[in-house]
Amino acid sequence: MTALAALLVRDMRLAVRVGGGALMGVLFFLLVVTMVPFGVGPDLKLLARIGPAILWIGALLATLFGLDRLLAADHDDGSLDLILMSRAPLELAVATKAIAHWLTTGLPLVIAAPLLGIFLNIDGPAIAVVALALLVGTPALTFIGLIGAALAVALERGGLLLPVLVLPLTVPVLVFGISAGDAAMAHAAPFGPAFLILVALTLMSVVVGPFAAAAVLRHGLD
Amino acid sequence: MEWIALANPSRFLGLAERLLPWLVGATALAFAAGLYAAFFVAPEDYQQGQTVRIMFIHVPGAWLGMLGWAIMSVAALGTLVWRHPLADVAQKTAAPLGAAFTFVCLITGALWGRPMWGTYWVWDARLTSVLVLFLMYLGLIALWRAIEDPSRAARAAAVLTLVGAINLPIIKFSVDWWNTLHQPASLLRLGTPTIHPAILVPLLIMVVAFTLLFFTLYVSAMRNEILRRRVRTLRLLQAQAARGF
Amino acid sequence: MRLSGSELECVRGGKKVFSGIGFETKGGEALLLLGPNGAGKSSLLRIVAGLLKPAAGRLELSGADPDRSLAEHAHYLGHLDPLKCALSAMENLRFWTRFLGGEPGRKPADALGAVGLEQLSDLPAGYLSAGQRRRLSIARLLALTRPIWLLDEPLSALDAGGQNLLRDVMDRHLADGGLILAATHAPLGLEGARELHLGEAT
Repeated sequence: MTALAALLVRDMRLAVRVGGGALMGVLFFLLVVTMVPFGVGPDLKLLARIGPAILWIGALLATLFGLDRLLAADHDDGSLDLILMSRAPLELAVATKAIAHWLTTGLPLVIAAPLLGIFLNIDGPAIAVVALALLVGTPALTFIGLIGAALAVALERGGLLLPVLVLPLTVPVLVFGISAGDAAMAHAAPFGPAFLILVALTLMSVVVGPFAAAAVLRHGLD
Repeated sequence: MEWIALANPSRFLGLAERLLPWLVGATALAFAAGLYAAFFVAPEDYQQGQTVRIMFIHVPGAWLGMLGWAIMSVAALGTLVWRHPLADVAQKTAAPLGAAFTFVCLITGALWGRPMWGTYWVWDARLTSVLVLFLMYLGLIALWRAIEDPSRAARAAAVLTLVGAINLPIIKFSVDWWNTLHQPASLLRLGTPTIHPAILVPLLIMVVAFTLLFFTLYVSAMRNEILRRRVRTLRLLQAQAARGF
Repeated sequence: MRLSGSELECVRGGKKVFSGIGFETKGGEALLLLGPNGAGKSSLLRIVAGLLKPAAGRLELSGADPDRSLAEHAHYLGHLDPLKCALSAMENLRFWTRFLGGEPGRKPADALGAVGLEQLSDLPAGYLSAGQRRRLSIARLLALTRPIWLLDEPLSALDAGGQNLLRDVMDRHLADGGLILAATHAPLGLEGARELHLGEAT
């Protein structure tokens, strides 16, 4: 088994075995979606109109709140020192951790989204588009969040710092992700263009995220 | 036998072994009677037709969801006040059961509502309250899983359970209030079929049947949890024994 | 293989911990880092491990694989034992041997046996005592072969049996041509080890 495959398997094992497992993110997602009607009222038409936005914001928050321990846990028990001394490049190692995180947190959110779409009265075809957009866009959220996770280690501070740093960077993903869903619902515009830009954003973040995170870890740990 | 002797986990295991066959038998009988009554005795509703029979699962689900939290609250007192290990086990095992029956209530509510409302879900007062209860169950289960040491987990869960128990009436009240605030058209109201004896008796039988099912599963789950804790203790002892190298 | 450092300076938290430190060591040799708390023994080890950047000075490694960095030739045994409580002892060990990369040493099962943890190999690491975790870290040194060992207070948390085990393991490593840099308060019992004294605590 190669080094990175071993890291992927380990991280996924840990995500499943420790704490609430992968389902904590989904539970949080469900909670966020439940809170919104308390704020705006049970009007199903209104909920359907803002549905894609609620799903995206819920997925974003659920992803971010799970990320702050991604690198901090390894820092705290000394694993990060050894990761830095491994033959695997640090950029690939953090990218692998991000992939493991997405598989165990992001992907369950995508799978839960259609069910939550029912709660929000989003119609069938639109749910499919929103779920697809989330499938493509949640990796971007994870990889952008990776930078914040590295900063949280370097600054030795957790709490709300990570979301505060990362949320502005995720605005483009939100804009185009929600736009794709809205377009599908209103049938006003084809969702293609927004979707393709979303794909591009994800591809960019998959590259930029690990490099930035590795740089932060190397220079910030002194 | 003194009641307090039951609180010893080992004695409880013995009691569970003897009790389970009776519980299973009673549950099977009650379900046989209840299903017969539900399908062949109760008439269909003049408005909703056959779908009203979902009520025979939906109502017991709601009742057991609340019973589950009540049992957990009593057990929580046992944990915090008397520090009884059996209370810990009683608390922990009631949570997934209560959550499951609450979930059944939600699903059957959605299925029941679909023919009437055209959607699977509306945010009416009752369904929303049950949803919040379900989320509280899930949070509690997550708390149990988050703390490794069983007695620490039990104490944390006990506090949350009691806080939840106090909060549940308040939540119910505020959800009702929220729903009246936003009440648009009255077509969103879930029409309760009028309960007359022909439906009431089958319903009660089904409630009894489901309650027996709950207790059968509960006793069985408590037994499993006690055994699980023994395995954990054995592993700890194994680690300690290997220390003399 | 030769490892040397020259004119090394370390600054932490704005304060100069040490400066002008140099050392030379070659395969089969052990160098002990001695000095009071705060003298920078741990910092020097972390500099060699590549975990800390020196404010000045150079490190040189010769007689090794030129394609790999100094850190990739070294094992680091710090204050913490890097293991995940939810994984078993064997799973932890296997992970590190696969992930760190290098010449395989003993099979993981043999390595666990050598440190006396063979009965606990499937137990979740969270059940292990501090001494047992330390042994698991030592097993890592046995299961993966890297020529340079950087050890920070290696005897801490070990009982008498564990300390003897570590001494045997270190002797064998030196006999095989390996190199040890160890920061320690207590005598390690290594024959012929040279010493490097780091300054008074500021």
